[in-house]
Amino acid sequence: MNRGGSSPSAAASYLLCTNCRKVLRKDKRIRVSQPLTRGPSAFIPEKEVVQANTVDERTNFLVEEYSTSGRLDNITQVMSLHTQYLESFLRSQFYMLRMDGPLPLPHRHYIAIMAAARHQCSYLINMHVDEFLKTGGIAEWLNGLEYVPQRLKNLNEINKLLAHRPWLITKEHIQKLVKTGENNWSLPELVHAVVLLAHYHALASFVFGSGINPERDPEISNGLRLIPVNNFCVCDLANDNNIENASLTGSNFGIVDSLSELEALMERMKRLQEEREDEEASQEEMTTRFEKEKKESLFVVSGDTFHSFPHSDFEDDMIITSDVSRYIEDPGFGYEDFARRGEEHLPTFRAQDYTWENHGFSLVNRLYSDIGHLLDEKFRMVYNLTYNTMATHEDVDTTMLRRALFNYVHCMFGIRYDDYDYGEVNQLLERSLKVYIKTVTCYPERTTKRMYDSYWRQFKHSEKVHVNLLLMEARMQAELLYALRAITRHLT
Amino acid sequence: MEKMSRVTTALSGSVLTGRTMHCHLDAPANAISVCRDAAQVVVAGRSIFKIYAIEEEQFVEKLNLRVGRKPSLNLSCADVVWHQMDENLLATAATNGVVVTWNLGRPSRNKQDQLFTEHKRTVNKVCFHPTEAHVLLSGSQDGFMKCFDLRRKDSVSTFSGQSESVRDVQFSIRDYFTFASTFENGNVQLWDIRRPDRCERMFTAHNGPVFCCDWHPEDRGWLATGGRDKMVKVWDMATHRAKEVHCVQTIASVARVKWRPECRHHLATCSMMVDHNVYVWDVRRPFVPAAMFEEHRDVTTGIAWRHPHDPSFLLSGSKDSTLCQHLFRDASQPVERANPEGLCYGLFGDLAFAAKESLVATESGRKPYAGDRRHPIFFKRKLDPAEPFAGLASSALNVFEIEPGSGSMSWFVDTAERYALAGRPLAELCDHNAKVARELGRNQVAQTWTMLRIIYCSPGLVPTTNLNHSVGKGSSCGLPLMNSFNLKDMAPGLGSETRLDRSKGDTRSDTVLLDSSATLITNEDNEETEGSDVPTDYLLGDVEGEDDELYLLDPEHAHSEEPEYVLPQEAFPLRHEIVDTPPGPEHLQDKADSPHVSGSEADAASLVPVDSSFSLISVSHALCDSRLPPDFFSALVCDMLRFYAEQGDVQMAVSVLIVLGERVRKDIDEQTQEHWYTSYIDLLQRFCLWNVSNQVVKLSTSRAISCLNQASTTLHVNCSHCKRPMSSRGWVCDRCRRCASMCAVCHHVVKGLFVWCQGCSHGGHLQHIMKWLEGSSHCPAGCGHLCEYS
Repeated sequence: MNRGGSSPSAAASYLLCTNCRKVLRKDKRIRVSQPLTRGPSAFIPEKEVVQANTVDERTNFLVEEYSTSGRLDNITQVMSLHTQYLESFLRSQFYMLRMDGPLPLPHRHYIAIMAAARHQCSYLINMHVDEFLKTGGIAEWLNGLEYVPQRLKNLNEINKLLAHRPWLITKEHIQKLVKTGENNWSLPELVHAVVLLAHYHALASFVFGSGINPERDPEISNGLRLIPVNNFCVCDLANDNNIENASLTGSNFGIVDSLSELEALMERMKRLQEEREDEEASQEEMTTRFEKEKKESLFVVSGDTFHSFPHSDFEDDMIITSDVSRYIEDPGFGYEDFARRGEEHLPTFRAQDYTWENHGFSLVNRLYSDIGHLLDEKFRMVYNLTYNTMATHEDVDTTMLRRALFNYVHCMFGIRYDDYDYGEVNQLLERSLKVYIKTVTCYPERTTKRMYDSYWRQFKHSEKVHVNLLLMEARMQAELLYALRAITRHLT
Repeated sequence: MEKMSRVTTALSGSVLTGRTMHCHLDAPANAISVCRDAAQVVVAGRSIFKIYAIEEEQFVEKLNLRVGRKPSLNLSCADVVWHQMDENLLATAATNGVVVTWNLGRPSRNKQDQLFTEHKRTVNKVCFHPTEAHVLLSGSQDGFMKCFDLRRKDSVSTFSGQSESVRDVQFSIRDYFTFASTFENGNVQLWDIRRPDRCERMFTAHNGPVFCCDWHPEDRGWLATGGRDKMVKVWDMATHRAKEVHCVQTIASVARVKWRPECRHHLATCSMMVDHNVYVWDVRRPFVPAAMFEEHRDVTTGIAWRHPHDPSFLLSGSKDSTLCQHLFRDASQPVERANPEGLCYGLFGDLAFAAKESLVATESGRKPYAGDRRHPIFFKRKLDPAEPFAGLASSALNVFEIEPGSGSMSWFVDTAERYALAGRPLAELCDHNAKVARELGRNQVAQTWTMLRIIYCSPGLVPTTNLNHSVGKGSSCGLPLMNSFNLKDMAPGLGSETRLDRSKGDTRSDTVLLDSSATLITNEDNEETEGSDVPTDYLLGDVEGEDDELYLLDPEHAHSEEPEYVLPQEAFPLRHEIVDTPPGPEHLQDKADSPHVSGSEADAASLVPVDSSFSLISVSHALCDSRLPPDFFSALVCDMLRFYAEQGDVQMAVSVLIVLGERVRKDIDEQTQEHWYTSYIDLLQRFCLWNVSNQVVKLSTSRAISCLNQASTTLHVNCSHCKRPMSSRGWVCDRCRRCASMCAVCHHVVKGLFVWCQGCSHGGHLQHIMKWLEGSSHCPAGCGHLCEYS
């Protein structure tokens, strides 16, 4: 079985992509080059999403109810493949952006911009620049971090850590922010900010992971402020390498291969379920399995070195970078493998010692009332969401798979579940999927359509969106856990 | 081992002794459990598993069960329990889902006995059967509960909660076959151990996870549950449906709950987050803990009563790596720090006062006054109908009623409504307000306005006749003025008259409590209800014919009454004197100042205001001629404002402050101004003078005040379908799940301004409708109505 990350895939859209790329190369005005037919996502054929949408009155209702912009944006459209989840997502997002909370409305949007900027997610930035101005934000702030009050600027450090290496957050960081002084944060404000940051980091993962297209007609309320949204073009996302290879391989081969892949996965799941009864893995082995998984995640992406310079082909690269980077400091700071940190060996985060259900919830709800319930519902929803299907198979218990995805994300952030056998991750998640997971959660801006296509080729797009939702929420929870633990330590 | 058992048998017969003490553990504890002999305690955590002997003065480490060169995850304990029948038997729940039993009787260093690896997820709780030696129950994150027979290698039966993770399992102490389990989704289930197929009973106990439960040691049906929703609930399971009999509200999520031995209504709780203390509650008194132990510096994770029949020793383990023994007598009792008195005004000025009965009962001598003709005093005694229990206070409630009409504040309302505060030249404002005051018979106030006008406006505009006139008025109001001073000194206010009566009656014999209550009342009156406008005071007092009684209280009455008649005569010479001799500024100031000082101090009373008014009027004439700066008087005016405010007439103080604006504002400190504003606004709102209060807020320059208008500006609209208020968002109804206000033009929901035609009730976004009606006169909804937009 071919589990290699470089296994080529032959989706028809690739051809379109190369065409598109040619057009794009000719025409430098990138936004114009976006064909209108593309739909909300660059990865998912439009008809998949739209079909689901026309049926669903519920989504429209939800949008009317909770959307801050008042229209059906692409994120919502893609998420509407899972209406149940969409509701809790929109509700919590609406709550943190619009309802009673310690932070003023423009600040909330500015924090969202800061968070999205960490991952160069121009989609979210544009969206919130609009909202920021609409809610009465000071336009000058949009010139960059130097123009915002020191207080907001202070958030930068925690934003950076939270986005890339949340395990480094300590109570000292919290203390520095809340220490009485001119620019201090109150704890409720800080919690609100942290929730926003985590939410938008995770959402950036989703945006890149699902290849969300820029909005078709961005309101030109302040055209100058909008960052050219070129890095979303399918071509850009897919042009990393192997285009030629991809078009060379026959499509027949791909399907056969993936079919057997699916069967094999089903087989493994079944086996694991049965094995459980008589399996007696020694404790030492369980520990080493976690370590192994952790270590292995190291190499998952390092094979794809070409990602290091994702935009190098384009002339206007520099513009993007500078446009986005004015909202951040230290743009070079990125995810560093939890396992690699070698000498200064930080202890693994034991999930049982600080769980969302027991600890995180209570703290967050105490300082920023009601958000706890909303997030709780969202986490629960995404974790338990299932249609009991896997690709073409029905009546499948996917619990195991969902848990593996969730825990694998946490594993990359150094969170370990005592009661989980990390061998399962290895069994259930093929290498291409691991590459995808790692990219989406740690370096979302490097996600490509090829990565998206290369795993689980038999699965439906809605199922892949489900995967993205899981990754997003797992990441958000991990960030929240680290931040809240630091706050708890500060309090005790 | 033999040695150990000898120690324990030696102790078991005797009475427990000990003191409040603690010892440091090497690592945070997750749970503790006590041996049945009450002499040993086991502490378990992620990286600790030790047995300590509880000695008189200290904890002594007896045994470390965490052996092996590389401790496995099986030793990372989430819970531990010591068998209550067999002192050699322990069980732990590991975070990796393993249930381990330990036999202290084993000769080897490793006491581990059996290993059950049947759970897939973390085991949250283990529990031994209270009477059966070999039955062990476990509840796990995977949603299953398993019952083990320790004589066998694997579980006897598995119970599926059919819902989320199991947080706690507890065998009933009384019913042999019953156990309770609590779940992360808020449910509590009751199971029969013989019937693993389905639970006997299930109900939702909490909103959010139920972290713990505990059966009452004596009361057969009672089960206490604690949840993340910060509540402890006591359920009566004996009835057909589980009935909530008590509910205790704590300040943080409840991690553990344990009934206190020998005390039927007491239970101990500790919290999972934020709050580090251990509390003991009397469930019948759900708001104040009966006792509180504050030793821990981090969250308490395990609590246990040392002996099942001794209510005074509580053990606790904590994340701060300490093990504590708390003695009940050393506990701090929040009740002692609570304020046992309550005081509240009713809607119509009635006053209710509740205090500890023991305090009130002592003053039985007061009872005769209850029959007072005008101000009946109700004396209610409310005793808890339940059986008596210690530590609970019953309180007495007194209600003081005000005679209908006596507290009339119509003058206040009239004044508030008719005063002009802005929008006209200062002179006109002053004149207007003076006129209003005069019409309401408040001559002193009228006088003040006139004076202000003279001070701050060009004097040429004031005809002398007018001056004289006001002077005459001023003198005629001398009498009420003086009275008010006296009253204020003593105990002014209408409503307080009876109270004065009473205090007069039992002045000497009264208890401290009554005195304090009396002063409280008068203070309140002065500031709020009464607004203590001077003339009214007098008039009402007159009507009731209470003068004598009032004055009886005033030792200086006779003295103060006399000069008032002399006043008018004295006034004229004074005026002449000043007018005739143009005085130097310093002299002037002295003259001007002194009356006010005495006025505000209210000693010797009377005369003064009238005097000052005269002097001021005349002075101002002289001054303006000599071109004194306009802020020359500001100190004086400020004193005047303070005087009014002190009298309780904040209305006057605030009105003048607003009318004069910049002229005096800087001379009065921000805080005082704020205080005046807030009291005035409060008063206005009590009288439902919303417009006036809003005007005042708007006109105020203090930041704290003007932001009052920014708060709670929400107005809920009703849903057009179900006619219910839409509480969460203005454009969607939670009940009928529909968007309420659609724009007839763009067919989107209107989230901002909604404009609609009153004829056909269609409408939409303001801009859309405007645009539409420019081109068409028909309704955009197509109903055919000819809408009008103006």
